[in-house]
Amino acid sequence: MLKIKNINTYYGQVHVLKNVSLHLTAGEIVTLIGANGAGKTTLLNSLSGIVPPRSGQIIFDGVPINDLAAHQIVKMGISQVPEGRQVFKPFSVEDNLELGAYLQYKTREGKAAAKETNEMIYALFPILRERRKQLAGTLSGGELQMLSIGRALMAKPKLLLLDEPSMGLAPIVAQEIFQVIESLSREKKTTILLVEQNARAALKLANRGYVLETGRLILEGTAADLLQNKEVQRAYLGKDKKEIWER
Amino acid sequence: MNIWDPEHECISRDELEQLQLERLQAIINRVHKNVTCYRRKFDDLGIIAEDIRSLSDLTKLPFTTMDDLRLNYPYGMFAVPLREVVRIHSSSGTTSKPIVVGYTKNDIRIWSNLVARFMTAAGVTRDDLVQIAFRYGLYTGAFGLHYGAEAIGASVIPMGTGNTEKQIMIMQDYKTTVLVSTPSYALALADRIEQLGVNPKALSLKVGLFGGEPWSEKMREEIEKRLLLSATDNYGLSEVIGPGIAGECSCKKGLHIYEDAFIPEIIDPETGAIMSPGHSGELVLTTLTKEAFPMIRYRTGDITSLNYAQCECGRTLVRMEKTMQRSDDMLIIRGVNVFPSQIEEALFSVAQGEPPYQIVVERKEAMDSLEVIVEVTDKIFSLELQKQRSFLETLKKRIGSVIGITVEVKLVESKSIPRLKGKIVRVVDKRQI
Repeated sequence: MLKIKNINTYYGQVHVLKNVSLHLTAGEIVTLIGANGAGKTTLLNSLSGIVPPRSGQIIFDGVPINDLAAHQIVKMGISQVPEGRQVFKPFSVEDNLELGAYLQYKTREGKAAAKETNEMIYALFPILRERRKQLAGTLSGGELQMLSIGRALMAKPKLLLLDEPSMGLAPIVAQEIFQVIESLSREKKTTILLVEQNARAALKLANRGYVLETGRLILEGTAADLLQNKEVQRAYLGKDKKEIWER
Repeated sequence: MNIWDPEHECISRDELEQLQLERLQAIINRVHKNVTCYRRKFDDLGIIAEDIRSLSDLTKLPFTTMDDLRLNYPYGMFAVPLREVVRIHSSSGTTSKPIVVGYTKNDIRIWSNLVARFMTAAGVTRDDLVQIAFRYGLYTGAFGLHYGAEAIGASVIPMGTGNTEKQIMIMQDYKTTVLVSTPSYALALADRIEQLGVNPKALSLKVGLFGGEPWSEKMREEIEKRLLLSATDNYGLSEVIGPGIAGECSCKKGLHIYEDAFIPEIIDPETGAIMSPGHSGELVLTTLTKEAFPMIRYRTGDITSLNYAQCECGRTLVRMEKTMQRSDDMLIIRGVNVFPSQIEEALFSVAQGEPPYQIVVERKEAMDSLEVIVEVTDKIFSLELQKQRSFLETLKKRIGSVIGITVEVKLVESKSIPRLKGKIVRVVDKRQI
């Protein structure tokens, strides 16, 4: 479904992503793990067209999308849930969700379809229906994250990019978010690329994973394999912090 | 026809190449970071990890040879700290020092599943009783097949080598359905079964997985006819993983290489140039999934060719021809790799000199034998008879302990080994396979 070959992304002079190649098969949950500054968010931003790669190929459903603008990429079926639950706080929950479907709202049929999608999202997150008239700024952290995911889903994406959805949430709320991600994959068959600081939770949820280190991919494997990998355990799962004997 | 891992064994070429590229880039990044030998070799050629942008860029990288492994003995080629290694195996090197390889927990699991692929392809299921007549110990063969059979859920009988009569007793009483051994040992078993008057039809054998040494179609026919089983070949070498690199399916027309885990290339052994598909040359392998002991473009020394045509079994993976030849002087004796240089080193150190010698390999009653013929030198001649005899004993023991199999040693008169243009042919291989 998605195929990335050798993308290189820069912030000005800084070479962030170095020859990254990665793929997603339809229906999969793939997680990207790595330390702060490894380039995880940059990879999502490159995919969604916010920071286009300087070289390399991104092919989505057989179509090259690396030269497309962000809004065209959304139209192709890729939606991103940005890090830090960035919603429009002075707007109501309802308005925030509608904004996610702004492409659909251009046509009458689209508008009707968006209404349906909206219902689906309320079914997924009943709390959002309760709060639909409330200003987004008054929501709790978990509710904001649900709104943020709901807004991305309004565009009916085939591929959902999730950037650290559990960051700063209470463990129980984070768990709820992970359950939602799982049901999105299982019931709605949405393909998901998940960036997570909580590597263990992400690997338990995902089918496969990649490990990014200073802009380079150093491992690809099934989630089960990565959970067992000592390097992953040491660096990202918090195991084995003691000094180790090297050779 | 059963397929253990259809997702990978029947993958489309396009998807496979994407997966190979991702894994190749990841492993290049890892070895560059973790293995000094690779880092130095890449740096010498001015290659950085980012130069690998496609599978064909693999050819930019230098080969890895047995010499590299010898120079980095024992742990220099490991890509993880030793404490992450859960298993050490070793295999013969060109000198008295062996090659040391390691596996992480994940490596063992991945290895088991690769072996399970060719075992399943050969017809092994969870209902089978698998008698493993490979030598356990430092060799990879027995453990590889052992894990593969366990992954499938079959019952493993870890018999080990030798004790042919007990092997046959177990085969009869435990109702072994799958035999794992070298092909020559299978024939030795068949001989013994005949001698003992056991009716092969009364045995429960149905599948034989033979490997560890070259064997011909003629041998396959003979084994199948005499033991009444379906015999398949599998390929592996310890430096790369052990068994589990490639294996035959029931079509028996070439061994499928597990390309999601290894990238095969065929080169001209003289020039190192890449040969086009279909041409014979030396097999070069790059591992894609190994954690502890990754190999980049390792020269296997085995001569084969690749066939990319689709196989009837449904697997999309490339097939390699059965390996029958080596590009170097390595001998395979009863499934054990032997380098003539190992024997020479042992001989010269025991003799404290350089007596003329010749290595003769024969197949007697299905089993290989190796004899070292040493010409008497003045120094040896001047010894008392007692000391001469103990010299031979010491030599036999030393060679045996270095190469791992028993050999015969014989003293002959000076100048009695035939010379070809004044030179002794070091190795005479009289086997007809």
